[in-house]
Order: sequence, then C-alpha cells, then structure tokens
Amino acid sequence: MTTNLKSENEKRKSGRPPENLRNEVRIELPSNSINEGVARAITSVFISQLDPTFEELADIKCAVSEAVTNCIVHAYRDTQGIIYITIKILDERTVRIEIRDRGCGIEDIKTAMQPLYTTDSEGERSGMGFTVMESFMDRLSVVSSPGRGTKVTMVKTLHDGRQKSSK
Amino acid sequence: MGSRIRNNKAEAVSVLDGHTMIISLTGDIDHHSAKRIRGEIDSSLFTGRPKRAVMDMSGVEFMDSAGLGLILGRVACAEKIGCKLTLLSPSPQVMKILDLAGVGRLIEIKQK
Repeated sequence: MTTNLKSENEKRKSGRPPENLRNEVRIELPSNSINEGVARAITSVFISQLDPTFEELADIKCAVSEAVTNCIVHAYRDTQGIIYITIKILDERTVRIEIRDRGCGIEDIKTAMQPLYTTDSEGERSGMGFTVMESFMDRLSVVSSPGRGTKVTMVKTLHDGRQKSSK
Repeated sequence: MGSRIRNNKAEAVSVLDGHTMIISLTGDIDHHSAKRIRGEIDSSLFTGRPKRAVMDMSGVEFMDSAGLGLILGRVACAEKIGCKLTLLSPSPQVMKILDLAGVGRLIEIKQK
C-alpha cells in the first residue's frame, strides 16, 4: 500500500495524471512450468469482470503465458524462484499487467526482443515470446537489470462493451 | 465417487491410416505441455514412418509461442523421415500466432 501511495505521489510530481485504479490482484507463483496454466487461469477469472470479447481475453492470456514462461525458462533457468504478477484494472476498461522476477536479467533487451531470437535452441523455443506480447497487447515495456531480474509491463484497453452490443 | 473437474491438459493422439498419420492435438499447448507431447509425436512419427502427417489442431483450446516451436520442430522431424506435414483446422486464435511467425509460408494449413 505504501508503495502504491508513493508511486501515485511521484506521478503527480511528474505531471502525469494519477491512475484511476478500480481493482487489483497480486499473485506470487513458484517458477514451476505447471504454473503457466495457473497464471492464465487467474488472469482469465480476474479480467472476466470487464466482460471482454473472446479474442481480447485470449490475447491477454497468451501474453501472460509468454511472460511467465520467460521467467521460468530464462530468468530462473534451472533454479527455482518466485514470479510476481500484478494485474490492475485502470479507468473504465484498461488492463495493466506487471510480471516480475528476481532472476538472471537480460543483458541486451533490444536483441532479446527481436523476432525469432532465442538463447534456448535445444528446447525448441521459437523466439517469438516478446513479439506475441507486443502484438497482442497495446503497450509493452521491459526493464531489466542483469543479475537482479526483469519487469515486463503490458497494457491493453478493452473495447467498450456498449459499442460491442450495439453492433 | 464424484466426477472430476475437466482440465485442459494437452494430449496428442496419433493414428496411422495407410501412408497418412493423423496426429490429433487437444487441450492447452504451452511450454509445460509441449515438452511432453513432442516426445510422444516424435515417437509415433519414427515408429510409423508415414509419407504424410496431418496435425489436427481443431481440439487445441489455447496455444502460445511454445506451440510454434512444437510445430516447427515436428516439421523438421517429419522431413528427416521424408514425411510431409500439414496442419488442419487451427482456431482463429491459434491462426493468429501461426500468422505472426509466417508458418503458412512453410507448411500447408487446411480447414476441415
């Protein structure tokens, strides 16, 4: 809670409007691969309160799955760690998802985000994880510190349900 | 005894029909499930050695980029035994991921 207030004050000082937080969920999951599905399921249940279209929900689930898989496959590799997920509903229909780890971090984010780039060729990774996140969400930002971890933030504004039903 | 709640566990069932192998994928395909089912598919391909293989995607409820790796890996695996792989009936959401990677330029994708 303290962190949230601090962050709000910082935003006011920076001139940006404070975010209108409507609801929030925070999850901590061990970096076991079975938790990829668990993260998707929790995301799906939480986002459902906004009455998303099937496509919107599928896009968000896919982006979350990619980010969580990156934590398991790359950040923590053969070790165990915690994946921190925060999902916020802002304003009327904006979803902001933050997925953070305390793993090995990314040396060169620009290269890591290139389509088809992977450091895990033996595991048959396609290297399309960041491309999927970028394509399926409205905004993606990646902040990483080698040896300390990575934070992926994704934002998507859902279509207005009233517009959808009037069609 | 109560009935169990259904989960979306991925399954790969392979059936050889003459020279064609039908590989039916169902459930959620992610990094967790892809690890397991790729071994099952490869085992069926190397045992059956079909001329053609059809990967029926109509039962796939979710797929992320791990599914892309699974498909592209099986294309390479099929080529090793002289087998041509086709994808059948991916959902619109799965198709969105396939399009992102340009999979349609590498292998044939058909609808039922």
